[in-house]
Amino acid sequence: MLAYVGRRVLLAVFTVWAISVLSFAIIQLPPGDYVTSYIAQMASSGSVVTEEEAQNLRIQYGLGQPIYVQYLKWMKLVVRGDFGQSMEWKRPVIEVIGDRLWLTVVISVAALILTWVLALPIGIYSAVRQYSPGDYLATFVGFIGLAVPNFLLALVLLYLGFVLFNAHIGGLFTPELQDAPWSAARAWDLAKHLPIPALILGLAGTAQQVRIMRANLLDELRKPYVVTARSKGLSELRVILKYPVRMALNPFASTIGYTLPYIVSGSIIVSLVLGLPTVGPLLLKALIAQDMFLAGTIVLLLGVMTVIGTLLSDILLVWIDPRIRIEET
Amino acid sequence: MDARIFVASQWQLMWWRFRKHKVALVSAVVVIGFYTIVLGADFLAYADPDASEAQRSLMPPQRVHFFDGGRFAPYVHGVKGVRDPQTFKRVYRPDPSRKVPIRFFAEGAPYHFLGVFPATRHLIGVDGGGDAAQAIFLLGTDVQGRDLWSRLMYGTRISLTIGLFGVTLSLILGVFLGGLSGFYGGVTDTLIQRTIEILRSIPTIPLWMGLAAAMPREWTILQVYFAITIIISLLGWTELARVVRGRFLAMREEDFVVSARLVGCTRTRTIFVHMVPSFMSHIIAATTLALPAMIVSETALSFLGLGLRPPAISWGVLLQQAQNVQTVAISPWLMLPAVPVIVVVMAFNFLGDGLRDAADPYGH
Repeated sequence: MLAYVGRRVLLAVFTVWAISVLSFAIIQLPPGDYVTSYIAQMASSGSVVTEEEAQNLRIQYGLGQPIYVQYLKWMKLVVRGDFGQSMEWKRPVIEVIGDRLWLTVVISVAALILTWVLALPIGIYSAVRQYSPGDYLATFVGFIGLAVPNFLLALVLLYLGFVLFNAHIGGLFTPELQDAPWSAARAWDLAKHLPIPALILGLAGTAQQVRIMRANLLDELRKPYVVTARSKGLSELRVILKYPVRMALNPFASTIGYTLPYIVSGSIIVSLVLGLPTVGPLLLKALIAQDMFLAGTIVLLLGVMTVIGTLLSDILLVWIDPRIRIEET
Repeated sequence: MDARIFVASQWQLMWWRFRKHKVALVSAVVVIGFYTIVLGADFLAYADPDASEAQRSLMPPQRVHFFDGGRFAPYVHGVKGVRDPQTFKRVYRPDPSRKVPIRFFAEGAPYHFLGVFPATRHLIGVDGGGDAAQAIFLLGTDVQGRDLWSRLMYGTRISLTIGLFGVTLSLILGVFLGGLSGFYGGVTDTLIQRTIEILRSIPTIPLWMGLAAAMPREWTILQVYFAITIIISLLGWTELARVVRGRFLAMREEDFVVSARLVGCTRTRTIFVHMVPSFMSHIIAATTLALPAMIVSETALSFLGLGLRPPAISWGVLLQQAQNVQTVAISPWLMLPAVPVIVVVMAFNFLGDGLRDAADPYGH
């Protein structure tokens, strides 16, 4: 068990390193740098940046140095918890991101929990009552969930909410509480707004998990030990929940690691459609303005959060299921 | 029937198996239909997709009347654009006094059919197509007054081919790396597997956004097109590599592979003559299942404004106009490009499912 966890942690560290290099490289790829886009921005609003000012800005942000020096400089700051200055907002990156990162985490985790809460009972029902109307309904909704990209789903729901109820279903807070400090009322407000984005983000994952659960359970239900349990006079509920469901849960649980990166990915683009105050809209703006420290930090933090989440779920899994411990080591 | 099964070839067995999966069969027809649109987009479109006209901005879809006095002669009513006296918005009213007949195989803008044969006929059209009053808008127009139906046809061409190229590139990467991994095992395998694991644990959309934002603004449509293809396939090959590796591992110990080795086949011959044909079908199924993800990726990137950019037309570019809910509430037809996205993704999923089942015709 320890060896397994150790290997997982090592891989996670590697992944984080790879993410840091990737996120920094991406920011370096575009031709020109922040100063060129700053000059263009100033020119469009009518003011002129002198050559001297431009030079000063480049020195201030260390833009002239070789890329690996810039990377090391950035990493040194990151390790100390200082993510640098956002060039566009003229404030520390961490301040610009603020609550947004946590809101992204909250939405993603909510979507993940919803995925499980929905997929488990629906999957069991679909397998036990195979070919019943409920099974067909679940399969149908599942296929829709898999086929409709989540940002389109968000768009359609937004439109329906607007046309049918004349309500704006986007956002995470009511306007009055948008910029208010944290309080019980604001947290409750968040909880009330959470279900719709969580559902949109979780639907594809749910559909997939239902299919996995249904297929696994169908395989298990045909096995002799189920007949044995039944013939011994256990109630039907116990027969199903106590043995085959537990067996079917294993492959079901091992996919959780890939669900989280998928949900986090989705949250970026869905946030843009629904106007959620997550890091998504911020990332898009930063990328367009080539605000490198801000964009790099967002990609890095998102990656790290995802890796940690996946690691936690992996460890939880070996803790729950002893068979994996033996198989993997 | 039994005798036929024993003498049938593997592909024959697969076809019989596949035929039983009715939904997959229908999906195959849908997919073929869409790729027919790709080939004949300029024939099916009846207007220039870039021709804008401020006078017919945001026109709703027209109702088509199929019968004129009991005879099959489809026509639409002419449209009058007027200003709403209260809101000063431009509204369009059908003008029942004017009939615009729809002609089949009508003369229209010249184009090259399949890129080669010069042609002027379009599937449908109107007499004197150049006249703004004599025009049809089956699916309405966008903000700049461009015909949505024609734009959708051209968008289909770009969106579906980009997926096809993307999946081809992923397939090459996946078969190569997955094959290496599965055939050699050991350190090579570990290295490739760890790389795949790392790539899969990174949220892809932020990465795509970063890579796509790195494209220079002055690139031509063609350059952007290929850059996007490369970006989506760079991260999309992992699943295919996994499938290929799995097949290699399973097959390495099969009797026919062992005997091929024993009778002295070279390694290349063992792989390409004996192993590849027997998992070809699995690869085709995996590829079919990978395609919709590619199509959605392009749509998502273009929707965000980081993928293809106007004047290029793709489903994502068309959907950009539907980003704003106020616009969509007034002109819901701008959301129509979402329909082909959903239909194609679903069709590919069902088709892939059917192919995957058929890929192993000896199973129960």
